[in-house]
Amino acid sequence: MVHNTQLTPELRDVASALLEAAKRAGLDVFETIFELVDYKQLNEIAAYGGFPTRYPHWRFGMEYERLSKSYTYGLSVIYEMVINNDPCYAYLLRANNMVSQKTVIAHVFGHCDFFKNNYWFSKTNRKMLDQMANHASVIRRYIEDVGHDDVEDFIDCCLSLENLIDIYAPFNQPSRKHTEPEDEQEVYRAGPVKKLQSKKYMDSYINPKDFLENQAQKQEEKVKKKRGFPENPERDVLKFLMEYAPLNNWQKRVLGIIRDESYYFAPQGQTKILNEGWATYWHSRMMTELHPLQDSEIIDYCDQHSGVVAAAPGQLNPYKLGLELLRHIKRRWDRGQFGIDFVNCDDPKKRAEWDTGAGLGDQKLFEVRRIHNDITFIDAYLDEDFCHDHKLFIYDYDRRNNRYVISNRNFAEIKHQLLSQLTNFGQPIICVKEGNFKNRNELLLEHLHEGTDLKHDFTLECLRNLFKIWQRPVHLDTIIEDVKRRVTFDGSNHSVEKI
Amino acid sequence: MALKMESDLNRFRKIVRGKIKKELRRFISSGDLVGRQGNKRITIPLPRIDIPHFSFGNREKGGVGQGEGEVGDTVGQGQPQPGQGQAGEGEGQHSLEVDVTLEELAQILGEELALPNIEPRGKENLEDKKYRYSGIQKQGPESLRHFKRTYKEALKRSIANGDYDPDNPIVIPTKDDKRFRSYRITHEKVANAVIIYMMDVSGSMGDEQKEIVRLTAFWLDTWLSTQYNGLERRYIIHDATAREVDSDTFYKTKESGGTLISSAYKLALKLVEENFNPMEWNIYLFHFSDGDNWSGNDTADCMKIMEANLLPVSNMFCYGQVESRYGSGQFLRDLHKHFGESNERITTCQIKDRDAIMDALKVFLGKGR
Repeated sequence: MVHNTQLTPELRDVASALLEAAKRAGLDVFETIFELVDYKQLNEIAAYGGFPTRYPHWRFGMEYERLSKSYTYGLSVIYEMVINNDPCYAYLLRANNMVSQKTVIAHVFGHCDFFKNNYWFSKTNRKMLDQMANHASVIRRYIEDVGHDDVEDFIDCCLSLENLIDIYAPFNQPSRKHTEPEDEQEVYRAGPVKKLQSKKYMDSYINPKDFLENQAQKQEEKVKKKRGFPENPERDVLKFLMEYAPLNNWQKRVLGIIRDESYYFAPQGQTKILNEGWATYWHSRMMTELHPLQDSEIIDYCDQHSGVVAAAPGQLNPYKLGLELLRHIKRRWDRGQFGIDFVNCDDPKKRAEWDTGAGLGDQKLFEVRRIHNDITFIDAYLDEDFCHDHKLFIYDYDRRNNRYVISNRNFAEIKHQLLSQLTNFGQPIICVKEGNFKNRNELLLEHLHEGTDLKHDFTLECLRNLFKIWQRPVHLDTIIEDVKRRVTFDGSNHSVEKI
Repeated sequence: MALKMESDLNRFRKIVRGKIKKELRRFISSGDLVGRQGNKRITIPLPRIDIPHFSFGNREKGGVGQGEGEVGDTVGQGQPQPGQGQAGEGEGQHSLEVDVTLEELAQILGEELALPNIEPRGKENLEDKKYRYSGIQKQGPESLRHFKRTYKEALKRSIANGDYDPDNPIVIPTKDDKRFRSYRITHEKVANAVIIYMMDVSGSMGDEQKEIVRLTAFWLDTWLSTQYNGLERRYIIHDATAREVDSDTFYKTKESGGTLISSAYKLALKLVEENFNPMEWNIYLFHFSDGDNWSGNDTADCMKIMEANLLPVSNMFCYGQVESRYGSGQFLRDLHKHFGESNERITTCQIKDRDAIMDALKVFLGKGR
């Protein structure tokens, strides 16, 4: 039974039947609450990222205006909106026809199963709807206390840095307690070199001169390193700022809220292809196999489904990529196309006809949805056959003619390109290198450059925002056009220098 | 719309307004906005308002695609290069199209130029009555009976009485059930205004000069139409002779020949006398020229007509002198000589180039008349 008060009886029956079908197929979902809304409400909810209870901010207004406009002009329709929460909330557009509703409901169950069972979602807050409402009331209170403009400006600053989190942090052990240095002094200056224990007369043999020098050097290095602050480069820049930036209580709290929400949304960025692929895979199977549509509905369904997986010429659609990869896996494991024998087989004909009747497809699929994110998913299953069958290619920018051209269809390069595009879910990796740079309380960030430069104007803006939080000059080491450079904002001016 | 979204939307609009204000000078001199007006609304292209993030510069970056094609085939166009043709505005990624009402735009203009509101002269007593059917009452003529409300009342009563039978749902209204539409009279102050634009289209006025006139006129319109309910516009072009034209012709005509400014003034006077009783109309006269009049005699004629006829009937007489390569600019000097530089009734301004339009607007509209 699908719990709901708002659905029409007809939709409620449809949802219940689909839920049964999903469960029979092995999907394991949170309780799912469907709400029937009109397009205005849906645009509104979508503008809030799915959370009608979010804190007030102008960008939601901007998003709303954009969505309503593109809806009015007929450019885009949001079919479905579902949020990772327990119970799971999903919104259905009232104006959709029954076939769309069925497809969307099936799709939602796919997402819901994914939210519940995928490892990368396992650390997210499942009461986020409530949490967001709490955040909103906190921020409202600050708005009343401090003033709308101040709070909004500060939120803008925080949002500008919201992607500077460590997406793997939730999976690490709770931060290791610093092992107390045995000798407090050691941290601050090199003490006398420790000798290995020896009898006095053996000393010059056991602790020869070069050994001692070596030790002394090591110790010095160690001390030098320990003096660093933070000790190791900190990927969670927001946390570092919360702990060490000179902020008021309310600012600290606001920054914390932005950080929380950022961590909450991160897995969705990390699993876009797999998550959408999974939901699409299941709506497709449910509509055609597990809980088939009426004959009269098939055409409408096909029309809609092809819209979901369509890609503009030359573009890559995550729904399509995910769906096809999952189908590819299903086919391979159903036919036993895995293991050392298959991998070592070079004969294309034999490979194509390979079928041991293993029938492990479904089992494998559920394993994939449990453990993978986009990167590991692509890394493990995007193989040469797939690449060839789906006509993937790499395109490059042709500066002279100002256009994008196909540059090659080499499997290794395609895979490399895809994976690097997905690294850190498409965000640059930036960490805090020095919190007391030049011993002047300045902040030094480092961008781990992996081939693509940062968007320069945004970088300058972000540094300006970072300065507002750190309140001392801020620096970023990066590479601009193959030269190592340090970009600085000192409170009034930007400068870029070679390093 | 929920109240919450409304307030976020208002915050956003406020930011947009700020942006428009900041860019106003550019909008005014570039003419981006002219011709973009739909019905009472105007679409303004703004650079996208973004929260900056540390992110990859995506321009000129490759990626993975899917589909047919040989190596070397084009899969997409790059973005238009700056300085190449027109700046791309269709690029959804980079620009934000905001709708504002003309009133809002005028308000922004007013705030930015610190324009005073115009006090219509001597027409406060003129009022227009309007009847609006906005309410419900229990008495009224049958012709105004509100069927739905009446039925509802009757239904309520019959259910309350226990008369209502779902299988035979007949509901008969009684006199007490009847509801009628009622009207309210609203009094609206009317202040009518007419702008008469006059432009010199003699050989010396080039396309750029006309463009400047066009832009100036657009912004004058925008402001004045928010100040008056009914704003009429009349257009006169002149070289040695003057004639009344529609707005399209006004901006596009390229004539050549001599210039007799008095011809335009005479025609304007005729228009006013025939159509616009100064007792009922706020009359604005704008004349744009490069200041080259044919003869001193004609200039003397102009002064005479202005002094005797035009100035007494108009709220304001504005003369905008557009600088052109051929114009001597003599007329402005003559005006100053005749009326003095700071005459109450006459506003003059030199519009050197597009950037000067904004200042011209300030001069023209700054008097609040």
